[in-house]
Amino acid sequence: MQISKDLVAASATPLVLAILAEGDSYGYAILKRISHLSGGELEWTDGMLYPLLHRLDRLGYVEAEWDTPAGGRRRRYYRITERGRQALTQQLGQWSIITEALRDVWQEFSLVTPTLGTTGAS
Amino acid sequence: MQTEVPDGPGLESQIGRWRQFLDRRQAVGTTDGDELESHLRDQVAELKEVGLSDDEAFLVAVKRMGDLDGLTREFAREHSDRLWKQLVLAGDQAGTRRATDSPVGMLAFAVAAAISFKLPLAFGMDFAGDDAELYARNLSLLVLPFLAGYFAWRRSLHGLQLLGLAVPFGIGAVFANVYPLTGDAAVLTVIHLPIALWLVVGVAYLGGDWRSSRRRMDFVRFTGEWFIYYVLIALGGGVLILFTAATFEAVGIDAIEFLQSWVLPGGATGAVIVAAWLVEAKQSVIENMAPVLTRVFTPLFAVMLLASVAALVWTGNGVDVDRDVLILFDLLLILVLGLLLYSISARDSRAQPNVMDAVQLLLVVSMLVLDLVALSAIASRISEFGFSPNKTAALGLNIILAINLAWSGWLALGFLRRRKPFAVIEHWQTAYIPVYGLWAAIVVIAFPPIFGFS
Repeated sequence: MQISKDLVAASATPLVLAILAEGDSYGYAILKRISHLSGGELEWTDGMLYPLLHRLDRLGYVEAEWDTPAGGRRRRYYRITERGRQALTQQLGQWSIITEALRDVWQEFSLVTPTLGTTGAS
Repeated sequence: MQTEVPDGPGLESQIGRWRQFLDRRQAVGTTDGDELESHLRDQVAELKEVGLSDDEAFLVAVKRMGDLDGLTREFAREHSDRLWKQLVLAGDQAGTRRATDSPVGMLAFAVAAAISFKLPLAFGMDFAGDDAELYARNLSLLVLPFLAGYFAWRRSLHGLQLLGLAVPFGIGAVFANVYPLTGDAAVLTVIHLPIALWLVVGVAYLGGDWRSSRRRMDFVRFTGEWFIYYVLIALGGGVLILFTAATFEAVGIDAIEFLQSWVLPGGATGAVIVAAWLVEAKQSVIENMAPVLTRVFTPLFAVMLLASVAALVWTGNGVDVDRDVLILFDLLLILVLGLLLYSISARDSRAQPNVMDAVQLLLVVSMLVLDLVALSAIASRISEFGFSPNKTAALGLNIILAINLAWSGWLALGFLRRRKPFAVIEHWQTAYIPVYGLWAAIVVIAFPPIFGFS
């Protein structure tokens, strides 16, 4: 299923912050994690992740540092800051309100029209 | 565990070429290039592990990275400080020269500004004689509309936006001339009108997009660089005029009169437009110089201000400063505020706090002390002699500065202690810019009726 551009853009910040809250990571690994979490449905153009990470850096949500782990390649690692965690909590609150509202209204919708998707007018 | 497959020479040269393409984009910095390359290598390594050849892996990895134009555009959006001269972020236009880039159009505006400056002469006015004050009041109105017009032309602004620019200039023209001003009140208008109109130029410069904090920072940067270019042109022009005068004198012709009344004013007004054009056209020249200049002058001004504060404390006559000293203080504070704003705009907002940020905090604190000294002096003068337009204007300016500096200092401290990101400092300064314009407009429009025109 193709997920719309707007949805991808809106979910990008909370996704990246939440992944960094799991532990420090670098760009490539973050993208792998996103792909894994969404079962491969959420596909980004790889390069677009970096301007986003730099924006989060500028806002003070994450910190970046070059590091070369033993036996690995030199990479730029990102770490979530206290400010980033606050922002994440805020976003979590907003998203849970939206998903709850959607779930409720869809439940009603499927009760009225059991054959969801055949209504034609969408 | 990931086994490192040695990359073939073909792959290395392919990655090298891709990197070259990337490095040509000004919006993508070197470390960003490193980061993207590291990503590309990760991707290639993984694709090769599942059995793709070097070529196949490279092609897929590059494709997933996204097309470079789109990528550059995203980087430019985030790092507008790197690419701010290309104000239209339309990547599809990159590389193509537009008519508005050519110096011919710019020269037309410069000549028009120079003619407009001399135009009142045709109606029998004389900018050195009796009409000097009237001329001074209208100086910014004769020149700045052409700068705003130049930007409106470059950014291809349309009807309503043009009207939005014309109206403030119209209002300025009315209030600069409708009051029968004399003495100090006239001087206040001469000083404050250009400040308000300069911000109108800013709206034109930003193509109407003045609400964005980052774009306002672009205008601050533009102002600083425009100032540097203007000073350079003025120095060069001064030398040129001196030598021309000396040469003509050597052959027995007195050219000083002509130079003074035509070349000097024409050059000074035309240079306003030329400097603006240079800022945009020759960006990379100033890009290397500006951070150096701020690094040199920020500590120097900090030391100088600290010395003044120390002298004030030492002599103990802080409150007793007289009128001329107060004006000097205010001019100094405005100059340093400009330096502060410019150095904030020139700083990479993602860099960690460093020594320069500590020096900057020092600068802000010493400015605040000087400002408070001036404020108390003005307050005591007002309580002694009552309100006058001069003192009220100074009072307002010092209060505005004190608020800005106090909060700037607080934010800078938070940044140094790593409690706040640098972005909050930028945001505070850009949010505050309209306050200066508003105050200048109040002084021009409301002060004369309140204080009875004298």
